[in-house]
Amino acid sequence: MQTVNVKSNYDLVIIGGGPAGMAAAMGARQNGVGDILVLEREDNMGGILQQCIHAGFGLHVFKEELTGPEYAHRYLQRVIENEIAMLTHACVIDIVTRQPAHHEIYVASPAIGLRVIQARAVILAMGCRERTRQAIHIPGSRPSGVYTAGCAQKLTNIMGVLPGKRIAILGSGDIGLIMARRLTLEGAEVVGVFELMPYSNGLTRNIVQCLDDYGIPLHLSTTISHIYGSQRLTAIDVAPVDAHFKPVTAEKRHIDCDTLLLSIGLIPETELAIKLGMVLHPKTRGPLVNSRLETSIPGIFACGNVLHVHDLVDFVTQESLRAGAEAAKWLQNPTTNQDDIVVLPGQNVGYCLPGTIKRGVSHTISLRVTRPLQGATLKLGDIFSKKMPIAIPSEMITFTISADKLESFTGNQLTLDVMTQG
Amino acid sequence: MQTDIVIIGAGVVGCAIARQLSKRKINCLVLEKNAEACFGTSKANSGIIHAGHQTSTNSLKGQLDARGNALYDKLHEDLGFSFRRIGELVIAQVPGDEEKLKAMAEICREKNIPCEMWDKSRLHQEEPNLSDHIDAALFTPTAGVINPYELTFAFMENAIANGVQFQFCSEVCAIQKTDDGLQLSIKNTRDGHTQAITTRFVINAAGIYAAQIDQMLHAPTFEIRPRKGQEFLLDKHIQGQPTRLIFPLPTPESKGILLIPTFDHTLMIGPTAENTDHFDDLETTAQGYAKITESVTRICPKLAPLQPIAQFAGLRAVASTDDFIIGPTQTPGFINVAGIQSPGLTAAPAIAEYVDEILTAQGLEYIPNPNFNPKRHHEPRFALASLEQQQALVKKNMAYADIICRCEVVPRAEIETALEAGATTVDGIKLRTRAGMGRCQGGFCSPKIVQMIADHLHIEITQVEKNNPGSWIATYHP
Repeated sequence: MQTVNVKSNYDLVIIGGGPAGMAAAMGARQNGVGDILVLEREDNMGGILQQCIHAGFGLHVFKEELTGPEYAHRYLQRVIENEIAMLTHACVIDIVTRQPAHHEIYVASPAIGLRVIQARAVILAMGCRERTRQAIHIPGSRPSGVYTAGCAQKLTNIMGVLPGKRIAILGSGDIGLIMARRLTLEGAEVVGVFELMPYSNGLTRNIVQCLDDYGIPLHLSTTISHIYGSQRLTAIDVAPVDAHFKPVTAEKRHIDCDTLLLSIGLIPETELAIKLGMVLHPKTRGPLVNSRLETSIPGIFACGNVLHVHDLVDFVTQESLRAGAEAAKWLQNPTTNQDDIVVLPGQNVGYCLPGTIKRGVSHTISLRVTRPLQGATLKLGDIFSKKMPIAIPSEMITFTISADKLESFTGNQLTLDVMTQG
Repeated sequence: MQTDIVIIGAGVVGCAIARQLSKRKINCLVLEKNAEACFGTSKANSGIIHAGHQTSTNSLKGQLDARGNALYDKLHEDLGFSFRRIGELVIAQVPGDEEKLKAMAEICREKNIPCEMWDKSRLHQEEPNLSDHIDAALFTPTAGVINPYELTFAFMENAIANGVQFQFCSEVCAIQKTDDGLQLSIKNTRDGHTQAITTRFVINAAGIYAAQIDQMLHAPTFEIRPRKGQEFLLDKHIQGQPTRLIFPLPTPESKGILLIPTFDHTLMIGPTAENTDHFDDLETTAQGYAKITESVTRICPKLAPLQPIAQFAGLRAVASTDDFIIGPTQTPGFINVAGIQSPGLTAAPAIAEYVDEILTAQGLEYIPNPNFNPKRHHEPRFALASLEQQQALVKKNMAYADIICRCEVVPRAEIETALEAGATTVDGIKLRTRAGMGRCQGGFCSPKIVQMIADHLHIEITQVEKNNPGSWIATYHP
């Protein structure tokens, strides 16, 4: 067992060594923080990218189209070159804030045992987990063969086994689409992708490159109303949904299959945030943050999928570099935040963050719309507007407003709307 | 093969009996048709140790439940399983209910069960999340919650340590009376191999199949009809939970839809009570969920919107006599332990003692096992241990610092312990360790657990099963 020299206190501890954690570390380092430890619970750094063997990562950050593992590997090289301390196979099982700038992190790792590590500042970068069949209660029996798409991806791409042979997929989120193609390439039969909404939830390019190109049917406004099988899955019922998204069981179809993949939503992994008593965003269920990506606990920041689920890892990197920079500023000058303008989601906006901003600096604001829109205009009060020819829920929208736009604004609340004509 | 006692069924009752009989110097074999113990009704049990005030003493149920309840503290100390006496409230919701509560208080007096009538003010002070329409409740402090699978495995492991043998995937197909005793024909459910076992005594603890087993020797004298119960588990963090067991008033069919703050703080709501002729109907339904939701949010309105993390169903073994059927039969040596439905879990240790007495009465001389050790060696559960205890465990075994299931904080060491204790399936690991019971429901940990099972059993990942033969996880071949 290797002995790793891990100290008992650091200026900054980053929980999560995926793209968010690595970029947060770089952001902090680039802004002067020397004393950093990144904790990663898997055996290797890279997070979920390790199992995303398809391409499409890095167009912004590396100006190249890379696979997930390539992106992770390249970014990791930067982290290593910057001599940032990392501990893998390390799980944070508890975290307590004793006093301001004094957080106790309980880390379990075969390399060091169970240790309490103190940090002045913390960045949460734990990513997200998948919504389960149980959370939406698909009725029926509980056979083997029902997997979340990410779990099936791990079985296929890391463990080298197929989750099944004849596969149905619920949810047209990107992971489901990617796995439809992946499993087809490995010789399995994907009988169809079934989507609750009247539109797809994945990136347009994935619909084309994963379904259309492989002749895999996409059934919109459809759900799975029953699961059959005693030991292994044997069949499902699919049914169209009504205006309340409830299955119209009179029109159900029985489909023989031995595997069901669920791609029905990603949820920020907030167990540690809850332990800390952090305020959560009512819509994203990730931590509520101010314009510095700081949570309701001073000196604890959040970035990446634990904050809100992203579609492109490049945006995770950009956001996390910012979080690292903000943590660095805070360490140099641990003042409480002085945001004085609340940003509220308005028309057609499902959520937006940060929850607050302030005058005198520029801000990056992220949002998702609630439904597909064409020819829309994004407006932040009267101070900013931007035309959006296409806006869809599955593609996060990010924009920057410069400091000068806020100079003449005297109010304390701004509403973000995405309006269509008529 | 020859033995002295065969117990048919490794559910909580079969395993409790096995542990009890291991106090005797005797050859005892438990036959279980599923791949592991506790894979039948016992794993779907609500996990309540009843006070005993819902059954009067003119039934075997009513005689054995309070007796069983009293045995749990010593068992908890000796065997180590999750158990907590959180107390129970039977609530009055409509006019007329309070009279029924008074009748229950009478049973408490008869059976010496501590109880208190709480008025509206006391009730809402103690349980502020209860709906305002609830006027009164009968409180019984000795009711508790337990993890029924932990109990079952604890009984089994102690029985094994004291010399009892267990055999799985072993289905009893026929029983014959011979000159040498009782001969059982057994089929292996995995590979079809048959086996004959001769024994002096058979204890029929076969759950929903007890009537079928009994009828291998006798004309039917009782029927077992399955009654399905669906249960839902809610996220630990949900607001609006009660702190004690909450019961509506019982009906002839069932104790009603309950709110069960489980030991691990995932609120369990249910069960339904649905008679069925299907011995394999374990489905959860939209109607069942709607019924449970309606009932539960009427009692604790702040729970809505519910956030389920798991759901399951089990089949109660309901006897046509509506009571436990425990006793010898026309066939010397064949003893029924049938119709063990609620309060079966509570009564289980008392049932085991009762069966032990029946065996003596049936001529089995009592020779004590000189090596009987009532204590099951077990470490504290890592997830619940103090920092000092956790660090001590890690110091003994670094595999305690290797967390496999993040949601339930289950270290590699605990999974290895389960494998060494005989777990062979993903569900077997789950029931023994809680790995996979958290909110991600095994999304992150199950690939690792599958790998650990494959490594331990020296099989391929593709041969690992979720539970019974046929429940494969993955394949190499499309």
